[in-house]
Amino acid sequence: MAEQKQNIVEIRHLYKAYHRGSLVVPVLYDITFDIVAGEFLALMGPSGSGKTTLLNLLAGIDKADEGSIRVGDMDITALSETELAHWRANHVGFIFQFYNLIPVLKAIENVELPLHLTSLSKKERRDHAEMALRMVGLDHRMDHYPKELSGGEQQRVAIARAIVTDPTILVADEPTGDLDRVSAEEILAMMERLNAEMGKTIIMVTHDPRAAQRAKILRHLDKGYLTDDDSQNPL
Amino acid sequence: MMILKILFRNAFHNKLRSGLTILGIAVAILAFGLLRTVISSWYAGVEAASTSRLVTRNAISIIFTLPISYNEKIRQIEGVKMVSYGNWFGGVYINEKNFFPNFCVEPRTYLEIYPEFVLSPAEKKTFLADRKGFVAGRKLAAKYGWKIGDAVTLKGTIYPGNWDFVLRGIYKGRDDTTDETQFYFHWDYLNETIKKASSQMAGQVGFYMIAITRPDLAADVALAVDKTFKNSLAETLTETEKAFNQGFIAMSGAIVTAIQMVSFVVIIIIMAVVANTMAMTTRERIGDYAIMKTLGFGGRDITVLIFGESLVITLAGCLTGMILTFPAAAAFGHALETFFPIFIVSTETLYLDVLAAILIGCLAAIIPTRQAIRIGIADGLRRIG
Ligand SMILES: Nc1ncnc2c1ncn2[C@@H]1O[C@H](COP(=O)(O)OP(=O)(O)OP(=O)(O)O)[C@@H](O)[C@H]1O
Ligand SMILES: [Mg+2]
Repeated sequence: MAEQKQNIVEIRHLYKAYHRGSLVVPVLYDITFDIVAGEFLALMGPSGSGKTTLLNLLAGIDKADEGSIRVGDMDITALSETELAHWRANHVGFIFQFYNLIPVLKAIENVELPLHLTSLSKKERRDHAEMALRMVGLDHRMDHYPKELSGGEQQRVAIARAIVTDPTILVADEPTGDLDRVSAEEILAMMERLNAEMGKTIIMVTHDPRAAQRAKILRHLDKGYLTDDDSQNPL
Repeated sequence: MMILKILFRNAFHNKLRSGLTILGIAVAILAFGLLRTVISSWYAGVEAASTSRLVTRNAISIIFTLPISYNEKIRQIEGVKMVSYGNWFGGVYINEKNFFPNFCVEPRTYLEIYPEFVLSPAEKKTFLADRKGFVAGRKLAAKYGWKIGDAVTLKGTIYPGNWDFVLRGIYKGRDDTTDETQFYFHWDYLNETIKKASSQMAGQVGFYMIAITRPDLAADVALAVDKTFKNSLAETLTETEKAFNQGFIAMSGAIVTAIQMVSFVVIIIIMAVVANTMAMTTRERIGDYAIMKTLGFGGRDITVLIFGESLVITLAGCLTGMILTFPAAAAFGHALETFFPIFIVSTETLYLDVLAAILIGCLAAIIPTRQAIRIGIADGLRRIG
C-alpha cells in the first residue's frame, strides 16, 4: 500500500557543514530518503547528531551545501531567500520546542499572524484562526496572551498557527521537549489526529521514545548519518 | 496592520525601560528647547529692532557722548523724519540685584519713534507733563508691584545720588517680541540736575535715535549723518538699530556658541542612550524576529518593526519634552526676566525637536536592524529557550 502513495518529500545526497571561523564542522553526510504523503515520521538520534539541522533544511530555513530537496513539486534548494520565504509561508507549518509565540500578541492574533501573508480578507483571517483554535480546543482562550497560558496550551496555540495555512508539511522540533507528561500526551494525541483524520504529513524530531511511539515511521540519525532504511515503527 | 500592532505593543512591552527612555528623551528635548530659547531671546532685541530706525553714537565708543546741538543738524538731513535722543542711565533699584534697562529720553519724539511701546493717551499726557515722571514696561511694573502714581527711587551708578521718580505710565508691547521691562524718564530731568552740579557734563547725549522716511534710505542717511560731523570734536557712528543691537550681542558671541554646543551635546548623549536601549531590545527579540522570518515575513517587515518601535519611543519622548517646554520656559523666563525680557519658545525650536527625535530614532535603529536581518533564521531560532 505504501508503494501506491506518492512521495511528498524527496531528499537526495544531502551534505551540510557549519563553518566556525576557519574550522569546518560537518553535520550531515549523504542523506537520501523519501517521505510519502500523509506520513507521520519521527526522527530520532543522540544530541548533536544533526536532527534539527536536517529538519531546518527540509523546512527551507537553512541552506544545504550539496544535494537536493524536493517538497511537493518544488526543488527548494534552487530557490532564492525571498522565494523560500514565500514558499515557507504557503507550504510549511512549524512547531517548536519552546512554542515560539509572539509574546505581545493574543492567542488568536498569533494564529492569524501567518495569514497576513496571504490574500485573505480580515474576516476570513479571523474565521480561519478561530477554526484552528477550535480544532486544538482553545477557542475559549482566544484573547489570552501567551504568558497567561500553560506550556501545553501555548503549544496548542502553536499547532493552530502551524495548521491555519493548511501547509503541505508540518515540521515539529521536539514539540514535547519542554512539557510535562500529561501535556505532552495531549500534544502527541493531537498531532496523531491531525495525521490520521486530516492526512497531514508530519515530520517530528524527538528524543522521547514515548513521542516516537506515536509516529508511523522511525528514522535514526547518528553523527550525521541516516542509520536505517525505511522501517515501520518497531515500538 | 499586524506589523503596526506588534511594533506599538513591543514599544511599551517593557514598561519600566520604555518609560525611563522616554523620560530621558523628554528631559533632553526640554533642555534642548530651553537652551535654544535662551539663544533666541538673546537675539530677540535684534529681531525686534527696526530697519527704518537709525542709532547715532560717538564714533570712538558707546561710552562717550555727543553734544545736544547735533539734534538740530541731524533733523535737517534729507530723509530724516524725526529725531529723538537719550542717555543710558544705569541706575539700580534698592540694590544691585534689581537690574533692568533704564535710560532717559526726549519723551515726545521717543514715543512717536517707538510705536511698539503702547501707552494709553491719558498716561501719555500725564507722563509728558511731569518732569519727574517715568514709564515702565508691563512686566517690570508687575515684578515690583508698581502702580501708577507710585514714587520710585533709583540709585545712580553713572550719575551718583538718589533719583526720585513717579510712575506715570505702564506700556504694553505691541508685538510678542517687544521688550516689556524698560524704564524711561525725561532727559530734561537728568540734564537739569547735573547742570546744577557741573555745567560741563550737561548738554550731552548718549545716542540719537533717528526715524527715516523710507527703510531703503537707511544707508544714505547714515552716511550723511556721519559726514556732517566728520572732523568735528565728536565724530559719529550711525547704523541701523539692528546693527546697533547686534554690536552689543557680538560681545557675548562666545557664550552663545558655548550654549549652542551644549544643546547639541545633549542630543548626542541621548542618541547614545536610545541606541543602547534599541540594541538591548533587539537582542531580546532576535527570537521573535526569527519566528516571523520562519513564517515568511521578510527583511522589510523586520525593518518596519525595529524602526517603528524606535520612532514610537523617541517621538513619545519628544512630545512629552515639547509639552514640558512651555511651562518650563514660562517659569524660566519669569525668573530671569531682567536678563531675557523676551522668552518665547519658537516654532522653529519645535520643528528642530521633532527633527532631532526622528534622527535619533532612525540612527538608533540602523545597527539593530542590520543585525536582525543578517542573522540566519536557524541561528536566530537557536537563541530561544
Ligand atoms: N550555527 C552553528 N554553527 C556551528 N555549529 C553548529 C551550528 N548549529 C549547529 N551546530 C553543530 O551541528 C551539530 C548538529 O546540531 P543539531 O542542532 O542539528 O543537532 P541535534 O541533533 O538537533 O541536537 P539536539 O538533540 O541537542 O537538539 C552539533 O554538533 C552542533 O554543535
Ligand atoms: Mg535539535
